Amino acid sequence: MSSRLLAVEDLGLTYGTGQTAHVAIAELDFAITTGEFVSIVGPSGAGKTTLLKCISGLLPPTSGDVRLSGQVVDRVPDRLAMVFQDYSRSLFPWLTVGGNVDLPLGRQGLTRQDRRKRVEESLNAVGLAGFAERHPWQLSGGMQQRVAIARALAYQPEILLMDEPFASVDAQTRAGLEDLVLAVRERFAMTILFVTHDIDESVYLADRVLVLSRSPARVVADLETALPHPRDQIETKERGDFVHLRGEVARLIRAESMAGASNAIP
Amino acid sequence: MIATVTETRQARGLAARWRATATGRSSGFLVRWGALLAVGVVWELLATRSRSPFFPPMTDILTRARDLWFSGDLAAGFVAWDRVQVDLVPSFTRLALGWLLAAGVGIVAGVVIGRARNLADYVDPLVHFLRAIPPPALIPPFLILLGQGDRMKVALIAFGVVWPILLNTIDGVRSVDQVQLDTARIYGIGVRRRLTHIVLPAAAPRIFAGLRISLAIALILMVLSEMVGSVDGIGFGILQAQRSFQYVNMWAGILVLGIAGYAINAGFLRIERRVLAWHRAEKGGAR
Amino acid sequence: MARAPRPDRRELPRWGRGLVGVIVVVLLAEAFTRAGPVNPAYLPPVSDVLLRVVELLTSAEFLGQVALTLQAWAIGLGLAVAVGVPAGVVLGSSNFVYSATRALVEFLRPIPSVALIPLAILLFGLGTEMKVSLVVYASLWPILFNTIYGMHDVDPVAKDTARIYGFGRLAVLTRVSLPSAAPFIYTGVRIAAAVALILALSAEILGARHGLGQWIVAAGAASRADLVYAGVVVTGLLGFLINWVTVVGERRLFGWQPALREAQ
Repeated sequence: MSSRLLAVEDLGLTYGTGQTAHVAIAELDFAITTGEFVSIVGPSGAGKTTLLKCISGLLPPTSGDVRLSGQVVDRVPDRLAMVFQDYSRSLFPWLTVGGNVDLPLGRQGLTRQDRRKRVEESLNAVGLAGFAERHPWQLSGGMQQRVAIARALAYQPEILLMDEPFASVDAQTRAGLEDLVLAVRERFAMTILFVTHDIDESVYLADRVLVLSRSPARVVADLETALPHPRDQIETKERGDFVHLRGEVARLIRAESMAGASNAIP
Repeated sequence: MIATVTETRQARGLAARWRATATGRSSGFLVRWGALLAVGVVWELLATRSRSPFFPPMTDILTRARDLWFSGDLAAGFVAWDRVQVDLVPSFTRLALGWLLAAGVGIVAGVVIGRARNLADYVDPLVHFLRAIPPPALIPPFLILLGQGDRMKVALIAFGVVWPILLNTIDGVRSVDQVQLDTARIYGIGVRRRLTHIVLPAAAPRIFAGLRISLAIALILMVLSEMVGSVDGIGFGILQAQRSFQYVNMWAGILVLGIAGYAINAGFLRIERRVLAWHRAEKGGAR
Repeated sequence: MARAPRPDRRELPRWGRGLVGVIVVVLLAEAFTRAGPVNPAYLPPVSDVLLRVVELLTSAEFLGQVALTLQAWAIGLGLAVAVGVPAGVVLGSSNFVYSATRALVEFLRPIPSVALIPLAILLFGLGTEMKVSLVVYASLWPILFNTIYGMHDVDPVAKDTARIYGFGRLAVLTRVSLPSAAPFIYTGVRIAAAVALILALSAEILGARHGLGQWIVAAGAASRADLVYAGVVVTGLLGFLINWVTVVGERRLFGWQPALREAQ
């Protein structure tokens, strides 16, 4: 059995106290092994972003644990990278594209040459070779998100978290970016945790799909996709097992969306 | 706080659009300086007509300015340094010292206060009140405390202009996008680098707005403090000239002060434009 | 392993923190001025100054001086608006005039109006006319500049739409351009209000016969440091009041503006 890279045990997060307390996450459990691509999908407002914040160490949970490589996550772990949904706010406008990708590399004890190489390679990998001197606001939304992905790549993390990264991009660009993530994962053997509200996307990209319930979020289903690689936007989505799996996820989510208050912890 | 933000945002938008709207670069240049020339000509005509001693002709003013501060000496760069040393250097040295002192204190304190969680809330009302004191009113107390010398003038300018810088810095630092800060934490960017590479650049537009407002106030305090009590400087010179009925000298002083004020402002805007090039381009001059 | 739930943090509301801040600073200042290194003749105890402030605010004679300052301020500001807004409307309507005045305004703006105080004294003596003339001169520029820009920046699409629906030139002006430019004009007036106060006080400090500034200088000449500081506190209150009124007014009138909403 390959190593468990990420283990989430009995995770809980409650905002506020007393009367105004809101339980965002309750008794959430799952684990990810090295090299897996796991997607998390759930109804809107289910607390998916909150979950990622807990896993990444940005937000301490109120109960339960997150362990990365066996170590409890109580602050942001070293070898973790994240791609945010709002790329325009996550890239730094006063730096060039190259500058943005390079910024996190300062602490890794690399020579300047090494850093330059890494930046170049990452930008190549996302198809932005030659854009290093541009500024983020000179690029389209899809390209900006590629810069964010390149930045995560250059960082060479153990695990990559992606928080609805393609939600703010148009459908065609999204398809390109999805395939980019698959290619990058293939090439660099990355472990990826991918949060999305798009059911097709969640099934298309992942090895496993975790379906979350409504707030307070729990894992309702953990499904293996068992779809072959390499994946194709048209062919994979025509397959019987894709359609079936997609339908199952969609039904689960619909049930969750309609379930309403009955899921709330007393 | 709201006043500061709106004012700086609108003012910057205004200033940017004002500058950006050019009827073509070269023709804009002509129109600009043509208008100025036209005013000069109109002044000349009216002044020679009216023969009022209070409004001498522009040609008289210009020749007097030349006589006072320029020499025929190439080696000295055509500048009459002895007069410039008395009239101009002290003024602008005091201005620079006072403003730089205020900038240093204001930015450093602003960053510290802005980054501390609730410190800004404790400090806000007091700082807003101090900022509300019209700068001229500070002169009598400073005269009492520090007398009439250079030290008083520098302290006065520094105290008078630190507040807009402080407020704007606090505001800028507090408004750094949380997503950018989260990104920094994710990628392990340490506290010090976070400050220099993220907080300060993000806050820079607001800080510069505060610096610009402060420069204008500093100029006012520089002139006023010299008129109230001084032995040198341009403000002193203008007042002296008025009191000794040397009206042409008075106007020459006003002219030089105007040119200097314009030059300082233009210089500052130049620097701001370079440092904040990314910001202007990003906003694209949009409202 | 469960982690303890977050402690119940009851925090002070924002105004409470502000109050605490003020109280702490005042207490520290009191300690410093009473026991500190500076001669109390130059830096009297904070409590003395605050007491004087209360006395002054109830003194008819003092308030009379304040009223005189405000009189020059109001008249000057009013004249500047009466001249500046119409002039700005006219100048802002023509592209050529706009570019021409740009240069002039850019050159004239940085000239500190205080440099003209000696000239004003020369022309008008030491009375109210001198103060008003300075206030008008200094207030005119922000109002003019903002009005010109506000007029120039009116959305041409909005104007065209009005024309298509049959609005004549004057109607376009009053129903489209002016309302659109109004927030900018108001900002100009707000800036001018602060500038006007600065000029009025400057003129008084440099020798005008009446007014708050002159009163403070006189207190200084009589070696009444406590009155000087008290007077400065009052000017701060005055400046604060004027600013507060204009900001509230702006929010009331133009609260719908996105820039304001963002700022909040």
